Amino acid sequence: MKVEMKIDVHHLTRVEGHGNINIRVKDGKLVEAQWAVVETPRFFEAMLKGISYNMAPTLSSRICGICSISHTLASLRAVERAMKVNIPRAAKLLRLLAKHGETLQSHILHIFFLAAPDLFGVSSVIPLIKSHPEVAGLALRLKELANRICDLITGRTTHPVSLVVGGVSKVPEKKELETLKEEIIERLPDIQATVELFRTLSIPDFVRETEFVSLKGKRDYPWIGGELVSSDGVIKKEDDYLAMTNEYKEDFTTSKFTRLSRESFAVGALARFNNNYRFLPDRVKAAARKLNLQPVNYNPFMNNIAQVIECYHVMLEAIDILDKLLDNRLDRIRAGFRVKAGEGVGAVGAPRGILYHSYILNRKGVITKANCIIPTTQNNANIHHDMAALVQQSLKQNKNDMEITRLSEMLVRAYDPCISCSVH
Amino acid sequence: MLKYLGIEPEKIKIGVFDFTGCGGCELQLANKEGTLVDFLALLDVVNFREISSDRGDDYDIALIEGSITREDEVERLKEIRKRAKILVALGSCACFGGVNTLKNKFPLREVVEEVYGKDRVETGQVRALGDVVKVDLQIPGCPVSKEEVEKIVVNIVNGAEIKFPKYPVCVECRQKLNTCVFDLGQICLGPITRAGCGAPCPTGKVGCLGCRGPAEEANYESFRQILKDHGFSTAEVMEKINFFNALPEMMIDES
Ligand code: SF4
Ligand code: SF4
Ligand code: SF4
Repeated sequence: MKVEMKIDVHHLTRVEGHGNINIRVKDGKLVEAQWAVVETPRFFEAMLKGISYNMAPTLSSRICGICSISHTLASLRAVERAMKVNIPRAAKLLRLLAKHGETLQSHILHIFFLAAPDLFGVSSVIPLIKSHPEVAGLALRLKELANRICDLITGRTTHPVSLVVGGVSKVPEKKELETLKEEIIERLPDIQATVELFRTLSIPDFVRETEFVSLKGKRDYPWIGGELVSSDGVIKKEDDYLAMTNEYKEDFTTSKFTRLSRESFAVGALARFNNNYRFLPDRVKAAARKLNLQPVNYNPFMNNIAQVIECYHVMLEAIDILDKLLDNRLDRIRAGFRVKAGEGVGAVGAPRGILYHSYILNRKGVITKANCIIPTTQNNANIHHDMAALVQQSLKQNKNDMEITRLSEMLVRAYDPCISCSVH
Repeated sequence: MLKYLGIEPEKIKIGVFDFTGCGGCELQLANKEGTLVDFLALLDVVNFREISSDRGDDYDIALIEGSITREDEVERLKEIRKRAKILVALGSCACFGGVNTLKNKFPLREVVEEVYGKDRVETGQVRALGDVVKVDLQIPGCPVSKEEVEKIVVNIVNGAEIKFPKYPVCVECRQKLNTCVFDLGQICLGPITRAGCGAPCPTGKVGCLGCRGPAEEANYESFRQILKDHGFSTAEVMEKINFFNALPEMMIDES
């Protein structure tokens, strides 16, 4: 039998932003499998020109409503490295805590609201509230906790207020930090239940070897700044991010593509996990084993599982950070600095993968040139190549077009793409 | 109340749509988890692409995030306008164009070249929803506050009147007993900006940027005086006033 297929998913649902899937099969052979981003660009790099150093993080935050804390932190780091500002230790801890709140919020949103409906065979999380109230309960309680962390530390859940050049502008009372710690501890059983839940759900079986790019840990699982590493053995300085990304433009998509040692590479929870597994505490490693996640894992659908693991990790680390904050004086939270000209790069492990902001500032601290490289931009080429391989595998398994559509949609969702972010 | 009496009020059909924005306003709809289940019980969410694969075309209320920058967006917005009984602009991008309008100060060709080099990419001047279609209700904020959205949607469902505060952010800020950020040497647009957000920015010791648009009861005269007394430069002040494109052009003394 000759198999013909024409699959066009216009504006894929349950992803942030606008993207299309186009697949053509003729005579049982794959002709084309495209992941095309059609989002309208906002041109943030142009908008950042002429903006002063202290407003750049506030503006950058608006690149993405889901990972606004990561954009703010990358932007702050670019400015602070350009002007050689060293932020106090307490501010570093508070920023990392905010970062963990965001990672938890973003991963929970993805795992339960965007990916889980596929695994339960429903259209959205809304029917789950009735059919699986215990699952919806986990999702809502963990999400609420994540929002609480961001709220308390940055003043708001989306678009942080108190992350400012030099450190942070405000620190919560110790009483409040104490309460937050208790709240996180109280939610640990929920994340353990999430691990158990995902043990029972089946993840599509698919493997395509690729390269994984992330920050390189020194002592800890890395989130903010430091060297860059790839699973193919490339190691670069933070400042050399351009050599790690190599952006180029394809006609069918408004987002750029990137490459390193092969035709594409992946960033995100799975990439971080694969590259930095050894820095995870034993409890978290044990949970990963339970979920059959071991480095190096080449199944992109396992990114969902890596997100579950990272949720567990950031909750445990958030408790450690709170202990450190509670044991120390919190009066030095913002460094003094002199505005000066310079160039700086800030790399941050955003929920969806490594994120770079790079600025040139003039002597008044006004941005004259900006470049931002977004995680989803780096994943787009990998999604695109995965899709071709996935369709080919599915054709061999005699899957029909309905099944192939469903799997391709799930594939894109597994990367948790943030599309408006990627075209920024 | 109706539920308590055993009467199921007919669910209101709602669609959530996004244009050029950051997704942050839509995201707020999933916040306030404590009341989320009850809130959703009031509604029949027929179209919300970001979280659901249901795609209904039959909705009473359309909540719309983002500004308009491309021709295909104009068409899509007009279609939604035809179908929706009440069209709500959700957030500062939808209400005023938002931060995206910072692009408008550059020639379009320069903007595209800056980001894409020689590649051609379609884009236009950034517009608010109201520049393209009739908007029935504006809920400003960058992002919107879920509390406010929830209150407004519930009021629409119950046919109650929708009111926004006329007073400025300063009122809410003072209720929180904050130190005024002018006293910390920063600019704050709180005196001329409409309240309702609970003043999160000055509470976090950062000046308000006016994301909610102008307060009806603002005193521009005294605001100019404050700026003058503190000796801020026009450029500094204008960078903030223009940030969300939410406030009217204001004359500031160069002297
Ligand atoms: S108003 Fe702010 S939060 Fe809402 S979409 Fe626009 S940039 Fe995002
Ligand atoms: S900080 Fe801003 S909002 Fe608060 S009182 Fe001062 S001027 Fe008003
Ligand atoms: S304080 Fe000002 S900038 Fe902040 S949310 Fe309120 S209106 Fe918007």
